[in-house]
Amino acid sequence: MGRVLSVLERLDRRWVFLAMALAVAGPILVMGITRKTLPETPTDASRAVFNAVQRLPRGSVVLLAFDFDPGSAGELEPMGVNLTRHCALRGHKMVFISLWPLGGQMIDETITKVLRADFPNLQDGVDFVNLGFQAGNEQVMRVVLSDFPRAFPTTKSGRATADLPILRDVRSVSDFALLASVSAGYPGSKEWVQYVVSASGGKLPMVSGCTGVQTPQLYPYFPGQICGLLGAIKGAAEYESLINEWVSDPANGAAMEVAQSADGAVVVIPPKYLEAQRRMGPQLGAHLLMVVLILLGNLVYLAQRRAQRRAAA
Amino acid sequence: MIRLVAIIIASTAGLLMLLSPFLPALTSAGAQSSEIFNVIAAIAFILGAGSLVKVNLSRVGRRDAGWGYALVTLVCFAVTLVVGLGKVGVPPNPQFAATPWAGEKDAAGSAFWWIYEFVLTPITSTMFALLAFYVASAAFRAFRAKNREAMLLLGTAFIVLLGRTFAGVWLTSGFPEWASGLRLENLSMFIMQVFNTAGNRAIIIGIALGVTATSLRILLGIDRSWMGVGGGGE
Repeated sequence: MGRVLSVLERLDRRWVFLAMALAVAGPILVMGITRKTLPETPTDASRAVFNAVQRLPRGSVVLLAFDFDPGSAGELEPMGVNLTRHCALRGHKMVFISLWPLGGQMIDETITKVLRADFPNLQDGVDFVNLGFQAGNEQVMRVVLSDFPRAFPTTKSGRATADLPILRDVRSVSDFALLASVSAGYPGSKEWVQYVVSASGGKLPMVSGCTGVQTPQLYPYFPGQICGLLGAIKGAAEYESLINEWVSDPANGAAMEVAQSADGAVVVIPPKYLEAQRRMGPQLGAHLLMVVLILLGNLVYLAQRRAQRRAAA
Repeated sequence: MIRLVAIIIASTAGLLMLLSPFLPALTSAGAQSSEIFNVIAAIAFILGAGSLVKVNLSRVGRRDAGWGYALVTLVCFAVTLVVGLGKVGVPPNPQFAATPWAGEKDAAGSAFWWIYEFVLTPITSTMFALLAFYVASAAFRAFRAKNREAMLLLGTAFIVLLGRTFAGVWLTSGFPEWASGLRLENLSMFIMQVFNTAGNRAIIIGIALGVTATSLRILLGIDRSWMGVGGGGE
């Protein structure tokens, strides 16, 4: 025992790095080979996001704010993909914006991955539009409150927003049926609550998907100002599992169209719509390793304290 | 005199922004000031770029410690700027096929898109992923139950760490229905929604009061530290 503790005491941190690499890589490989994911039990917060999108009548215009960049795409990209997919499945119109310089590209990637690949009948400018990045942080939020087209005069590709059928009935942000914010920090969900949702006088319902670091800061707004919350990759996995469950239900004929296999008999969920659940595997490995490391660290600490007491006595 | 003008501009713009949500007559003027802010912010971008070049050039010139990194920064900055402004390799815009440079700067296939896809995305993702390794090492060395508070923190961390994965569900799935509140996933949610929310609300309210007080001091010209002169009140 003493020998083990002395080894742990002098443990080079590179061994910890190696253990973390294995804890993350192992589940990725296993899930990649077996194509199986861990079961999810959706929380009320995730279920509320699903219900908020589900409840809207077909043709509702949803504002999707992608306030993140590639650094946090690991957690947030699956949320963006699933929100877009869910809106498209329900027949909602989608207006994408970003207050982060690289958000425009994140939107383009999502549109290519989801809308252009699985919903080719949806038209740019009619059923969805990417308005891209707009500089100004909270100032942009203030302008969209009174005059949305003024804040976004052109789309990302340079078309005038005034000519777009999708924005025909949108004067202010309150004209959207739902605001879905996918946020990695500042400016993000917190600012959307403070500057837009509160100022809209409750006219604009909002759901949020955020990183694990941001989740504790957003819980005070749930379920008041934010009616649904996806916290980190866990929230994304729960939301994804709810959509997949709904798509797999034979009662949902319209949804089945995009989920059926070529022979039309078996519901096959494409791998890109299992990404969030797949990422829960590495998260499980990493969290378990953290627990083991904390326990081992404390074991070493207690042994050191005991030795010091003995020496003092 | 210059300081007085700056204070008058800041106070006027600040009061306009403060009152515009309450007075419909000022709504348009409030939005106008927001647009003025955007113009100023755009100018600040240019100043920021100039400052970046100046600082890094002087570091390279003096051969300071880490001057190689400064050189890499300058080269990357110059390449990205030229590629973005020059729309290098941008495919033509089908709507305006006859017009040169009408395509999007970051359209798939362009040099700017290539930098984003194959340089920026891997670099930022790697930086974020590295956190896991350092957090693990830090948890092993520093997360010690040295006193009661640390033990409480440790217990909470265990519940949330396990409760956010399938391990938590599996470990406590055998609990009877009447004790379902003690299942790790439910305990984790309870901690997030009750203790965390209470603490965060207190912090949010405290920050809001602080921001209000500071804003009032700036609007009334009492606090001039934002101009880079002296301390708080003058």
